[in-house]
Amino acid sequence: MVKKVLQSILMPLIAIFISMIVGGIVILITAKQNPIYAYLALFSGAYGNLMNFATTLTNAIPLIITGLGVAIAFSSGLFNIGAEGQFWIGAIVATYLGYQIKGLPWFLHIPLIIVCAMIAGALWGGVVPGLAKVYTGAHEVITTMMMSYIAIYFSHYLLEGGPMMDKGTIPQSPVIQNSAKLNTLVPNTQLSSGLFIAILAVVVVYILMYKTTLGYELRAVGFNIKAAKYAGMNVAQKLVLAMGLSGAFAGLAGAVQIMGVQYRLYDSFTSGYGYTAIVVALLANNNPIGVVIAALFLAGLSTGAQEMQMQTNISGQLADVVVGLIIFFIAIEELYRIIMEKIRTGKTKLQPVGGQE
Amino acid sequence: MNILSIFANPYLWASTVAMAVPLALPAIGGTFSERAGVVNISMEGIMLISAFVSVAFSAYFHNAWLGLLAGVISGILVAYVFAWAAAKMYANQIVLGMAFNIFASGITAYLFNAIYGPEGTPFDTPKLPDVRIPIIDKVPVIGQILSGQNVMVYIMFVLIILSQWFLFKTTIGLRLRAVGENPEAAETAGIDVVKMKYLGVILGGAFSALGGAYLSIGVLNSFSPEMSSGRGYIALAAMIFGKWTPVGSFLASLLFGFATALSYTLQESSISKNIIMMLPYVVTILALIGIGGKSVAPAADGIPYRPKK
Repeated sequence: MVKKVLQSILMPLIAIFISMIVGGIVILITAKQNPIYAYLALFSGAYGNLMNFATTLTNAIPLIITGLGVAIAFSSGLFNIGAEGQFWIGAIVATYLGYQIKGLPWFLHIPLIIVCAMIAGALWGGVVPGLAKVYTGAHEVITTMMMSYIAIYFSHYLLEGGPMMDKGTIPQSPVIQNSAKLNTLVPNTQLSSGLFIAILAVVVVYILMYKTTLGYELRAVGFNIKAAKYAGMNVAQKLVLAMGLSGAFAGLAGAVQIMGVQYRLYDSFTSGYGYTAIVVALLANNNPIGVVIAALFLAGLSTGAQEMQMQTNISGQLADVVVGLIIFFIAIEELYRIIMEKIRTGKTKLQPVGGQE
Repeated sequence: MNILSIFANPYLWASTVAMAVPLALPAIGGTFSERAGVVNISMEGIMLISAFVSVAFSAYFHNAWLGLLAGVISGILVAYVFAWAAAKMYANQIVLGMAFNIFASGITAYLFNAIYGPEGTPFDTPKLPDVRIPIIDKVPVIGQILSGQNVMVYIMFVLIILSQWFLFKTTIGLRLRAVGENPEAAETAGIDVVKMKYLGVILGGAFSALGGAYLSIGVLNSFSPEMSSGRGYIALAAMIFGKWTPVGSFLASLLFGFATALSYTLQESSISKNIIMMLPYVVTILALIGIGGKSVAPAADGIPYRPKK
């Protein structure tokens, strides 16, 4: 058990380590600066003081919630690459209900928004991509991606002179009612009580995936779809459900982002959280606790990169370079197997004849 | 604005063709890759890298053709790494594609800032020439559509025909397709599966790179971060809609190009351009779920294959 945990941690750590070194070389060549100094600036910018850490946490919230959703799909053997679109749909619904419904107390308004955004995300992720997968075999990578683009253009339609545009010329929605806003946890930061929603989501997903029959079935389908079929499971229903659940969490994340941070919808309100969430789930190996750690790491990378940019003049886009490298070095796990094999066979050669097999 | 007058405007059709180029080229590239059984969603990233390299070389040597060459070489190199990881390391191809796309968007933006700073690429960067075709030029309407386009438009037409011929009429094309359909059988028949996968992915990289170069030194003579803006993904949809054939990919790209051109033309009218822009994606989903003829992927598409020997 301990060995298994160690193995699942070791791989991402090696990948992160190699990627940091390659990133360091890029810094050395292009910016002619000391990479260690740059990384220290990055680290302190991400976790160095309460304000910075609060910003990192703020960025981690949408990643944690969306990452959980992507992880559910991954665990069931589905590649939900369209979390970004489901995130948008959740945000659109949250914004609309947020400014349109007036006079509700917050303890009704916020849950109402959450439920509606989750249903919308579930429908967006589950109905078309899920049903298409089950009944026609259409690959979810393409369908979810197409649904993402439709969602993004739909939001542009709503905002650019459309029904959700605020008065004036800027393509943005009106601000949501106070009763729909999540309160701020740390003064002068954007960290909201959405943090508790994220923590609750982690607990719920953990129990769902590891302590319930449904979770067991979802993972069984992901582990071996044929065996699951022989065991008498309704695989089709499970796949649609997994996509739906995945979308529901992405939708929730969009809603929390609106209620806790942005308060209104505009064109560039997401900095690709739906895409980064895929990386989160990958790094976490679909484990809910791992999702939290991976989200904190990736959120820290983007927060810290801005600080690094100010202190060292090294452009923050380097963070993306490092993230890309990390995924690459995780994807080629075969390489580690080959290297380990080489080391092992190299050792046996040194052993005396008649030694252990 | 009268709807009929919009469709009678040759400019709409000319820009439909022009907008189809950066979709059709990577879509054909994707066709090669997937016919060899490798799903490559990193076409987006390869386009971006090639777009950047093309501009940088074109500006430095003051020669757009050198820029194009450098862009294509960069695409081939990136695709080579992809092919190695996919065919030799049996990596999950979707994960791999994501890695490449994130890396590409980061490294191009980073280098763009590091080399050119806020001023951006030099103003006097040469771009690939537009070409007037002597006789067609004089024909009304058709001349306006088919003549005076960027040279890449004509290169694309040649490549479409060559690709279709290569994939369906040559022995290597047949082998490439065999690897994507049934690698075991292909290997038994003596085909080097790994080599074919390399070939498919690298051709894919070269075509995507041409598409990327067209964006930066064909349409414009400058680079901006994220300038590929999802075209690599749309190309993937065009490839599927085109049923994994070069000609089909091109026709599907024309549809996407038309939607884009129309959305620009309609900016003045009451129909929202954003609604028009949604249509190609809706159509792709409809095509995927089998409305209007089912599109079936090569049987072994996306599945890592371990050679038996």
